[in-house]
Amino acid sequence: MPIRRPSDIPSSEITPESLFVNRRAFLGSAGALALAGLGAPAVLSAASGSSQDDKVTPEEDATSYNNFYEFGLSKDDPKRYAGSLVTSPWTVNVDGLVKAPRRWDLNALLAGLTVEDRVYRHRCVEAWSMVIPWRGVRLRDVIARLEPTAGAKYVEFTTLLDPRQMPGQRSNALVWPYKEGLRMDEAMHPLTLLATGMYGRPMPNQNGAPLRLVVPWKYGFKGIKSIVSIKFSATQPSTSWSDANRSEYGFFANVNPTVDHPRWTQAKERRIGEFLRRNTLMFNGYQNEVASLYAGMDLRKFY
Amino acid sequence: MTASRFNLRRFARVLVWVAVLGPVPWLVWLFVSGGLGANPIESLQHRTGHYAIRLLAASLAITPLRTLTGWGWLVVNRRTLGLAAFWWAIAHLCVYVGLDLFFDFGLFLEDVVKRRYITVGMLAIALLTPLAVTSSKGWIKRLGGVRWNTLHRMVYVAMLAAITHYLWAVKLDITLPVIYFVVVGVLLGFRLVTYRRRTRKTLDNSSSLAAQ
Repeated sequence: MPIRRPSDIPSSEITPESLFVNRRAFLGSAGALALAGLGAPAVLSAASGSSQDDKVTPEEDATSYNNFYEFGLSKDDPKRYAGSLVTSPWTVNVDGLVKAPRRWDLNALLAGLTVEDRVYRHRCVEAWSMVIPWRGVRLRDVIARLEPTAGAKYVEFTTLLDPRQMPGQRSNALVWPYKEGLRMDEAMHPLTLLATGMYGRPMPNQNGAPLRLVVPWKYGFKGIKSIVSIKFSATQPSTSWSDANRSEYGFFANVNPTVDHPRWTQAKERRIGEFLRRNTLMFNGYQNEVASLYAGMDLRKFY
Repeated sequence: MTASRFNLRRFARVLVWVAVLGPVPWLVWLFVSGGLGANPIESLQHRTGHYAIRLLAASLAITPLRTLTGWGWLVVNRRTLGLAAFWWAIAHLCVYVGLDLFFDFGLFLEDVVKRRYITVGMLAIALLTPLAVTSSKGWIKRLGGVRWNTLHRMVYVAMLAAITHYLWAVKLDITLPVIYFVVVGVLLGFRLVTYRRRTRKTLDNSSSLAAQ
């Protein structure tokens, strides 16, 4: 007999800002991992009172079931092959419509910014999902440091291009390097993170070390990994998946249960570790926070 | 000589049965040991599909092998492989409907109608079903050899439908589906060549008869 889940999980289930666990609060404490693992769901519950539903995905699953084509096309390839990626030292080139284009050392880029732990739902365009405790800084804080000019309407990110470190780039599955982009208001949204870690630890290579984007209301492919370049532009940048197949993957890629992928429904998803499919939530459950960004837009057209 | 042929025949039978049933304990082991990964349902779905396609292609390889080697006794394996392909395809369908969709038949029907890769996959199974039903000796007798052969040529269409299903389901990397197409192309191409040769021979025979 099918056991149905309530379809209306409140969209307020994100960790509220007031409850963000500050990294400094428990750095150095032996229980850092326990806090990330056990404290996080408690934080989620406090937000809505009914979110037993969003249990943090086992770390083993989140670090062994990955789409990171730079290391191969199978889900288990990234974990197997990402060891060849050298993540330190790491530089991020910043250019385009910005006050002072320059190449940043990653540590300098993030120095002094508030590092936060946030538990987000993660919805892949392939209709599976996880719940991941990320660690990182708000993208908006980084952007403030970079001082884009008034003409900057979009941010474009690029992944490292180096087939020696990323053997998957020897195949031409996608056009390398991987590129992603956000509209400026999306990039400035307080939910948008530049993540440097997960599960209370530094980011594993297979998950996009040392710096990746996390936009929880969008499909996972927007979360570009191993970022080496941030560029500000006046026009909408081209993005890898949209270039590869425009009819299936759009620039916005907002999680939307009412707009199907041409080859499968987006109304439901399989939460990794669960047997029954659950209903996919509008904007992945972050509707209250982000719906206003898209007011008046036809989301069928701008998928 | 008879002894060695007898052994070869037995060896082929054992090999076929291992190919057909071997995946069962293997899948059970993977399931129990966690070897199916973070998304075991997806993994089961992919694996059962691959087994079905490969076994069906193997069944199509029997006839060319017979022709090339002259080992007529190979034919007994054709039914085993074909039936096994059908049952693995059914397992593939069961994983999809039973585990993935959890018997949400509304969603299933929507998929069949709206998603062309599922439509063509269902077509493959629909075409294989009458072939599986009529695979017994009794049915060969009942239908008669000619009609039975004609009916069972549908396997070519089912094979093409199955690999088209896989090609259309793939997100980006079509290497494996293309390999399947090449293999199936060779197997079907072989039939085309031998068929042409046979008809030409009959034509030659009849024309030479006419000349006499």
